[in-house]
Amino acid sequence: EMEDKVVSPEKVEEAKLKARYPHLGSKPGGSDLLRKRLQKGQKYFDSGDYNMAKAKMKNKQLPTATTEKAEVTGDHIPTPQDLPQRKPSLVASKLAG
Amino acid sequence: LSTADIISTVEFNYSGDLLATGDKGGRVVIFQREQESKNRPHSRGEYNVYSTFQSHEPEFDYLKSLEIEEKINKIRWLPQQNAAHSLLSTNDKTIKLWKISERDKKAEGYNLKEEDGRLRDPFRITSLRVPVLQPMDLMVEASPRRIFANAHTYHINSISVNSDHETYLSADDLRINLWHLEITDRSFNIVDIKPANMEELTEVITAAECHPNQCNVFVYSSSKGTIRLCDMRAAALCDRHTKFFEEPEDPSSRSFFSEIISSISDVKFSHSGRYMMTRDYLSVKVWDLNMESRPVETYQVHEYLRSKLCSLYENDCIFDKFECCWNGTDSAIMTGSYNNFFRMFDRNTRRDITLEASRESSKPRGILKPRKVCTGGKRKKDEISVDSLDFNKKILHTAWHPKENVIAVAATNNLYIFQDKMN
Repeated sequence: EMEDKVVSPEKVEEAKLKARYPHLGSKPGGSDLLRKRLQKGQKYFDSGDYNMAKAKMKNKQLPTATTEKAEVTGDHIPTPQDLPQRKPSLVASKLAG
Repeated sequence: LSTADIISTVEFNYSGDLLATGDKGGRVVIFQREQESKNRPHSRGEYNVYSTFQSHEPEFDYLKSLEIEEKINKIRWLPQQNAAHSLLSTNDKTIKLWKISERDKKAEGYNLKEEDGRLRDPFRITSLRVPVLQPMDLMVEASPRRIFANAHTYHINSISVNSDHETYLSADDLRINLWHLEITDRSFNIVDIKPANMEELTEVITAAECHPNQCNVFVYSSSKGTIRLCDMRAAALCDRHTKFFEEPEDPSSRSFFSEIISSISDVKFSHSGRYMMTRDYLSVKVWDLNMESRPVETYQVHEYLRSKLCSLYENDCIFDKFECCWNGTDSAIMTGSYNNFFRMFDRNTRRDITLEASRESSKPRGILKPRKVCTGGKRKKDEISVDSLDFNKKILHTAWHPKENVIAVAATNNLYIFQDKMN
């Protein structure tokens, strides 16, 4: 009977997690987690945002009406020019002496 | 620490004379074992760099907006058929067959060009000479002989060479393909677990391997902790398994973490082909292929982490994919852990040992000291407490020489090679 009262360490950890993230889904190993895994590497390119970012660069000299610090997605979406340049360093692996 | 240097795979070849490593930067480094010689008795069995080459480059799939990492996920050697060595290396999308050959002779005395390469004026040549082969310093060249591309929508996690030495399989999250080593424009899909509606997705393929001597048999593991054994003679599409291995779970002990920690990160057949071993987050299990109901042996790798699952989930460590390996005689198994620790289990004596792969704890030709993690209560001298473990120092990849007690351990960007002490 004593053993029934002992809570497994796993259940203690589960309670901790649920306390920190009360909205955590009840199906943890399910679709959300798996779909995140399948989408690894996904980067989104939006031509609208890209053109806005390009226009923003050109208009850098003009004073802006508002200096809001709100995030503009155009600034953060990677542009095609950025991506292909991401080459590995040509320095040989350190293991190769 | 340059992330490109992080080792992502380690593999001995069939003889154990060559050891290949792949890294996050898409490079392969091959080490060769020194031959024993009377002149240098102390360098018996030392591994030195033999060849290094860039296997994969980063790519961007514009159509799918997908960034394709150059990281080498797996390397598998092909059996040696001639003087050259061949291996398969794969990133998330493309498998390549590399041929590594030695050149120690060069031709000298060409008719139409000088030794420095300048062309000779043909009208000035008055006599014929035959080029002669002269010895030169050994050059090891790697060339890509086959590129197996565009067959995987999802990320490749495994490749495995079949015992027929003609075919191999490649597995991604949802599908497994069978290839012929000579044919790059076609592959057969042999397993497809993609549901018609992706909302119904409940599990993914985590690893796959061909049986070591039955060329019609292979296994694949899942994120739900199950293993399916398939027979390619039974049907063209092996969606229906021949055997299904799953350990029964006590429903009362189920928690949020149960499924995540049961996910199998590696599956390896024993050399005998009679057993297979699976690695999940906290343990290594040995299964008898004749018994599907439960494993025959279970080894706890780091059970003390069960009471740390909450933070391990938050820092994503709970998703770390540890590999495991057998020794040549199948009497021992090895797998990695955190804090640069790795564990070895002797299946006969049931003894286990924890060792550390780090500069501080290993000196050349020094003997490794066993390590111990203190799980609670008073910490003894030399023990390390669970809270002091460095979870950034993970040993995910280890390999055991096929015949001798030589092991290779990858600790982030460093490779350690340990040998049984010589008597």
